[in-house]
Amino acid sequence: MTDVSQQTIPSHEAKMGDYFALMKPRVMQLVVFTALVGLLVAPVPVHPYIAFVSILCIAVGAGASGALNMWWDADIDAVMKRTQSRPVPSGRVQPGEALGIGLALSGFSVVLLALAANLLAAGLLAFTIFFYAVIYSMWLKRSTPQNIVIGGAAGAFPPMVGWAVATGSIAPESVLMFALIFMWTPPHFWALALFVKSDYGNANVPMLTETHGRRVTRNHILGYTIALAPVALGIGFTSIGGPAYLAVALLLNGWFLKGAVDIWRRDDTASEADGHATEKRVFKISLYYLFGHFGALLLEAILRGQGLGGW
Amino acid sequence: MAIRVEHELHKRRLDRNVGLGLLLAGFVALVLGLTVVKVQSLDDPRQMERFDHVARPALEDAARDQAEESAE
Repeated sequence: MTDVSQQTIPSHEAKMGDYFALMKPRVMQLVVFTALVGLLVAPVPVHPYIAFVSILCIAVGAGASGALNMWWDADIDAVMKRTQSRPVPSGRVQPGEALGIGLALSGFSVVLLALAANLLAAGLLAFTIFFYAVIYSMWLKRSTPQNIVIGGAAGAFPPMVGWAVATGSIAPESVLMFALIFMWTPPHFWALALFVKSDYGNANVPMLTETHGRRVTRNHILGYTIALAPVALGIGFTSIGGPAYLAVALLLNGWFLKGAVDIWRRDDTASEADGHATEKRVFKISLYYLFGHFGALLLEAILRGQGLGGW
Repeated sequence: MAIRVEHELHKRRLDRNVGLGLLLAGFVALVLGLTVVKVQSLDDPRQMERFDHVARPALEDAARDQAEESAE
């Protein structure tokens, strides 16, 4: 009998789609969009093909960090309902494959971005992957309820990378775009944690809801949403902002703040009575909030191109 | 028993093999495109000489002739 014949054939052969799912395509959408906006609003024009390759590299880099995260977190993903069907915990992809794909795509995306754009952009992308895979996934996620506050930085880097692709530098505008996503992440995730509460507890992930209770989480959502507003509005007065952005930012911040106040005023009894309707609504608003702000920045850039936008 | 060229494994892994093939082809096309764009975006295509670390006597002769002509 040969070694080959002794191998057990997996019950499910991994399809291409399973490998694609490793890259967290839904998270990738946000990364691609914010990076693209960062690149397009920058004052230096980029050749369309270079822009395309750069955004592809950023997307693949984000996907690679997603694969590394799924390799590391397979044990807790298997416990949580929301993540049980992911390729590794469901057995469709072997952990070693996820690790290999994650590392290979990380190297590919960083090197190609350095060749296509510049070393600063590639360095920022490498740091983003490192931050998400090592600082967030391996260290913070299982050790502190501040996991998503600090870990949110990983999701906030893409517009800075996009800006660096165009300009080769870091500017107050790109730092403010970073700050917008950084400050937005905690209320966004804590709203989610309020309606999938039991999951994080089962997986022993120290979500704020588990360590400090749901009342404290509601307070924190409101606090971070209030702190987020000046950052969002502040961008409106920089070179990438303008009246159209400011109008959109005012509306969206009002909407999000109202949602945060609604969450703050409720208690768990009321929340459970209506199936966490408000929490789910605010989670949805938070998505519109981020896409709305970056969409408005893009609109300002288009208007500026026509000689209309800006101050 | 008839000899089958196609093993059952081939059918099972067709999806992956085709996917990987397309990815590799896409990668080649991506790098080719990048090369074309990078070369075309050089202001003076002769800057390509910078990447050629071999002495080019033909070019040196041409430069000397040009210098002599302009001196005359």
